[in-house]
Amino acid sequence: MYIIVVGGGKIGFYLTTALLNEGHEVLVLEKDARRCDFITEQLGSVVQRGDGCEARTLAEVGTERANMLIAVTDEDEDNLVACQVAKHMFKVPRTIARINNPKNEKLFKKLGIDVTVSSTSIILEHIEEEVPTHPLVHLLTLTGGGLEIVEVKIPENSRAVGKKVKDIAIPPDSVICLMIGKSGALVPTGDTILEGNARVIAVTRPEAEVALRVALTE
Amino acid sequence: MKVVIMGCGRVGAQLAAMLDADGHKVTILDVEPYSFRRLPNDFKGTALGGDGTDEDSLKKAGIEEADAFVAVTQGDNRNVMAAQIAKHIFNVPKVACRIYDPLREELYRTLGLEAISPTKIGAQLLKDVVLG
Repeated sequence: MYIIVVGGGKIGFYLTTALLNEGHEVLVLEKDARRCDFITEQLGSVVQRGDGCEARTLAEVGTERANMLIAVTDEDEDNLVACQVAKHMFKVPRTIARINNPKNEKLFKKLGIDVTVSSTSIILEHIEEEVPTHPLVHLLTLTGGGLEIVEVKIPENSRAVGKKVKDIAIPPDSVICLMIGKSGALVPTGDTILEGNARVIAVTRPEAEVALRVALTE
Repeated sequence: MKVVIMGCGRVGAQLAAMLDADGHKVTILDVEPYSFRRLPNDFKGTALGGDGTDEDSLKKAGIEEADAFVAVTQGDNRNVMAAQIAKHIFNVPKVACRIYDPLREELYRTLGLEAISPTKIGAQLLKDVVLG
């Protein structure tokens, strides 16, 4: 595939390295001359100095035959415009934009950007997973289904401790799939007794999250 | 008419002053409050520190009740993005933006934005002077 990467910062550089390793034809557009020299030194002649939001630059690098354009600068507006110009002037079939402000996700989708990747949200989720006191952690959002997989730690003083799974008020559309306690991980049945300090993996809906957390932690 | 202007540079400030003098309700946004020095002393509208590409700042500026939105910051892409937020998220009836790059201006015109390229207009005026 021919892939154009807009922005040769850290993300652009490592993304390009990975795409080249997979055997794709990649071209990076980067405004900064020194950054261009660095990328050329490391990866060979895969970089063109220029503004990836400008139609002229995109025309020079043969964007009309690109299969994909990925915009990963640290400015949301630049990523949006690069993708829109690629899509509407050069008919690039697939455009991907990095988003820094998670609030922009809705706008980008509405404006026809095929895929958005919110680095801020991803980093936040990873940090949340590592914060031990956080009672409910998002592990995975299942695309399209409206369901998510979460992890909840049952505190020692929770009313759920010592009760059977079937006796606690788990919200509809939520299922406890795994309990990781003192004796290891087990797939619970209705008769399994919930342990204090155990971690529970559950499938739920975003709107049922609070009820699930309350049922297990309070 | 309620108008929100993003960017208090020379053009933004001048436009705000003109609309204000005509009796319109103007709110002007800029990330750098020092820019508001360009507004005339008798400006009766609201000057608000904030980023017009951020939905919350736009809400604070009253975008939800605005009849018109104008994006005139120094950045073409910022103007384009703010204008599209105003048009597609907040459904502001009249949205205008400045795009210096003539090629981008053409593209966004075809995508339905009221875009103005001072580069194109300025060059044309100067050409008329040179040849006139």
